[in-house]
Amino acid sequence: MSSSIALHDKTLSELAQGLEAGEYTSRELTEAFLARIERLDGELNSYITLCREDALRDADAADARRAAGNAAALTGVPMAIKDIFCTEGVRTSCGSKMLDNFVAPYDATVIEKLKAEGVVILGKTNLDEFAMGSSNENSHYGAVKNPWDLSAVPGGSSGGSAAAVAAGLAPAALGTDTGGSIRQPAAFCGITGLKPTYGRVSRYGMIAYASSLDQGGPMARSAEDCARLMNVIAGADPRDSTSVVRGVPDYVEGLDYNLKGLKIGLPKEYFGEGLSEEVEASVRAAIKVFEDAGASVQEISLPHTHLAIPTYYVIAPAEASSNLSRYDGVRFGHRCKDPQDLEDLYKRTREEGFGDEVKRRIIIGTHTLSEGFFDAYYIKAQKVRRLIRQDFLDAFDQVDVLMGPAAPTPAFDLGAHKDPLSMYLQDLYTIAINLAGIPGISVPAGLAGKRPVGLQILGPHFGEQTLLGVAHQFQQITDWHRQRPEFGQEQA
Amino acid sequence: MQWEVVIGLEVHAQLATQSKIFSGSSTTYGAEPNTQASAVDLGLPGTLPVLNEQAVAMAVRFGLAVDAAVAGRSVFERKNYFYPDLPKGYQTSQMDQPIVGPGVLEILLEDGTRKSIRIHHAHLEEDAGKSLHEDFQGMTGIDLNRAGTPLLEIVSEPDMRSAKEAVAYVKAIHAIVTYLGISDGNMAEGSLRCDVNVSVRPKGQEAFGTRAEIKNVNSFRFIERAIHFEVERQIELIEDGGKVVQETRLYDPDADETRSMRTKEEANDYRYFPCPDLLPVEVDEAYIEHLRQTLPELPAEKRARFESELGLSAYDASVLSASREMADFFEEVKDVCGDAKQAANWVQGELAGRLNKENLDITVSPVSAAQLGGLIKRIVDETINGKAAKQVFAALWDGEGKSADEIIESRGLKQVTDTGAIEAVVDQVIADNPAQVTQYQEAEPDKRGKMIGFFVGQVMKASRGTANPQQVNKVLKDKLDSLS
Repeated sequence: MSSSIALHDKTLSELAQGLEAGEYTSRELTEAFLARIERLDGELNSYITLCREDALRDADAADARRAAGNAAALTGVPMAIKDIFCTEGVRTSCGSKMLDNFVAPYDATVIEKLKAEGVVILGKTNLDEFAMGSSNENSHYGAVKNPWDLSAVPGGSSGGSAAAVAAGLAPAALGTDTGGSIRQPAAFCGITGLKPTYGRVSRYGMIAYASSLDQGGPMARSAEDCARLMNVIAGADPRDSTSVVRGVPDYVEGLDYNLKGLKIGLPKEYFGEGLSEEVEASVRAAIKVFEDAGASVQEISLPHTHLAIPTYYVIAPAEASSNLSRYDGVRFGHRCKDPQDLEDLYKRTREEGFGDEVKRRIIIGTHTLSEGFFDAYYIKAQKVRRLIRQDFLDAFDQVDVLMGPAAPTPAFDLGAHKDPLSMYLQDLYTIAINLAGIPGISVPAGLAGKRPVGLQILGPHFGEQTLLGVAHQFQQITDWHRQRPEFGQEQA
Repeated sequence: MQWEVVIGLEVHAQLATQSKIFSGSSTTYGAEPNTQASAVDLGLPGTLPVLNEQAVAMAVRFGLAVDAAVAGRSVFERKNYFYPDLPKGYQTSQMDQPIVGPGVLEILLEDGTRKSIRIHHAHLEEDAGKSLHEDFQGMTGIDLNRAGTPLLEIVSEPDMRSAKEAVAYVKAIHAIVTYLGISDGNMAEGSLRCDVNVSVRPKGQEAFGTRAEIKNVNSFRFIERAIHFEVERQIELIEDGGKVVQETRLYDPDADETRSMRTKEEANDYRYFPCPDLLPVEVDEAYIEHLRQTLPELPAEKRARFESELGLSAYDASVLSASREMADFFEEVKDVCGDAKQAANWVQGELAGRLNKENLDITVSPVSAAQLGGLIKRIVDETINGKAAKQVFAALWDGEGKSADEIIESRGLKQVTDTGAIEAVVDQVIADNPAQVTQYQEAEPDKRGKMIGFFVGQVMKASRGTANPQQVNKVLKDKLDSLS
């Protein structure tokens, strides 16, 4: 790729090459991004905390490491981190007033891995509070705007990460995905986002929302960038019992994928009521691209799809209600002023520290776990969850990948969904994937006016290599992932 | 009315693992507050538990020791409630699928009879921290050193019918866990704690009465006293026309009474659900078999061996095998002296009596097993007589010498068996006590046996206890009878 492209528009892979070729140093790169963030992020609000000093120190260290001949593949490349991953010595807020004063005393496993690689952390990005939301409007630090259209949401919960990457305020970012929180904002912001198989990436140090569904993953400008990041962050972790001990393939090698003979399934339930025409048109056009490249397409049924949202909204809040019990004002985080007694401490601390959506889910989860309701809700939801998983296992007996929209509509307007239930329906095409534990990737596949459309590709458990290869080949044929919003371009 | 007492126990045994059940922090007792609490123990955001396999192995060993079915698959659940010393807002425990299923334990009562107590199940869980109410001027301090310490909660069936049975049961649990080496059993440090469920019912009635649970009783004595108080309270209540309510009570040892903590209505809904951060625990047959092979000799086996191989009475065998410390001590004494019966007599007699009197545990006995064995050895080979042996024992207790031999030597207690020497002392005693000699001579022959005791005492005194009593007896009898 020509070096005439502005630094902030380059992919992570291109920046790594530039560093290796000595075209610029990590310090120059880091300073350029920091300056751009400081100039432009006032409008987007994609970062909660900027790590200027640490980033420059780490950039210098990366340059020294390169000079000494010890550079790893991504040494010196800057990126952003969703503010849900604990980063030692840096505030880790999770988008909540509850953790506004929480400076993590340790690094999450993925942060450790990125630091060991020599990646420079620019800052911590905005998100829906405790990753609960689909628009990034539920943040204590305010909503994030979509750089493609400032009146639209960036999606959520990893809205800050998606907006920052789309606007050239970071070449890549880490996100987390519990019900679509990587894929939906990636789709809304025209970037590539991968939710790995549950257990593929360590959850240690990633603040829990719903433990059996949460999974961290890369958000970047291309499938190739995601593959490079997966090479660093994937793998079993002795500190996370739910991470899976299984060999990690070279995801970059897997990019060289032959689309000829690829069997694509189209879940008919993903093309039904609620899907906007413009999204459907872009997605069908993208599928045509694969057909033209030699893939075959067949319709598939995932019969329990309609149960995914209700199932998710039993299991996720149940786990969340327990996971969020530790925010009690005793050891860390927000504590109410002058508590009268223990009960007052708990009540006011949690009343003041949590936002409405978090409280809503804690109340739902506490209810579904309580005596007399547990069997009817939680146990039944677990049974349905197994059926949903089985739907996918059956589908992957017939096809290699499934394709469909990542979200029913392009990015919606800020404030469009005041009713929580209508917001929950945004996750129609993403949520079952978390319940099944399989991987999914969203890749840019068109524009509906100014707003991007994402194609979602799903694979079997541990099929990340295939997903990344298929997505990469799509990006060799199309240039949707090369499109940039107007935002910030004239100021470049 | 005749009342029957029904007791069930939940015993929490702190497992003697190096590190906590879900973190790498040390479990050593008594460290400065919060110096043994890691990010995981503090419940910091983002931290995750990793199960300590040592704790699993210990639980399985316990299961095997009480003939219980060990679950091939057990599940950790979260017990949700708020308390300042519970860092995560939930305790990770086991509920529906515990690691140890139903088992049975035989207890020994004071009258020597035995009784089988059924164990309902045993499960693994983490301990909470401690709230410190002193020294903080109206505030409460939290020490999380104990948070995450592995516990095995052993739940009995309501099979006990008296406080004595309850104590015997806890002693039997104590013996098993210490024999297995899975807990230090130190009740003062809280390594073994009990929740006691007590109810009463009219004798002959089948249905159980309403029970009260007395929380956290931490000594054998307190268990007995708490039950006594609670039984009387319940009987009085019912006989006065009242009703026992299901509730949690606390035993106050200072006031020697139990007090209500919370009633059933106030009880928490713990909202148990499987912990999504931990995989189900799976143990296969080969692993269980491996642990079975490495089980140490347990109290019941030891008792049988003491009877059959060492020829001890059933009672002696039971007492001496009741605790690992007692059994280890006895076996060392026996090995040193080579006489099991003498060893049993001394350990249960002179030693137990003195320990009891001074309120000491056998683990801190001033007379070591090697010393006591050395002493008995000298009785067996007739170097000293029984009377001198008591002197030697007392001297050992007072720390007078390193060994029995040293004391025998320094005090000149070696038994005199030289007949000439004994005759000389006897002659002297006869010469010194003409009045008693005359009395003896005038007595009927069948009264003489009793009267000879006086002369034996005098001879022993003159020889400072070293003369062989049998010889003294014989020589005296010969001499006195030949005088008449």
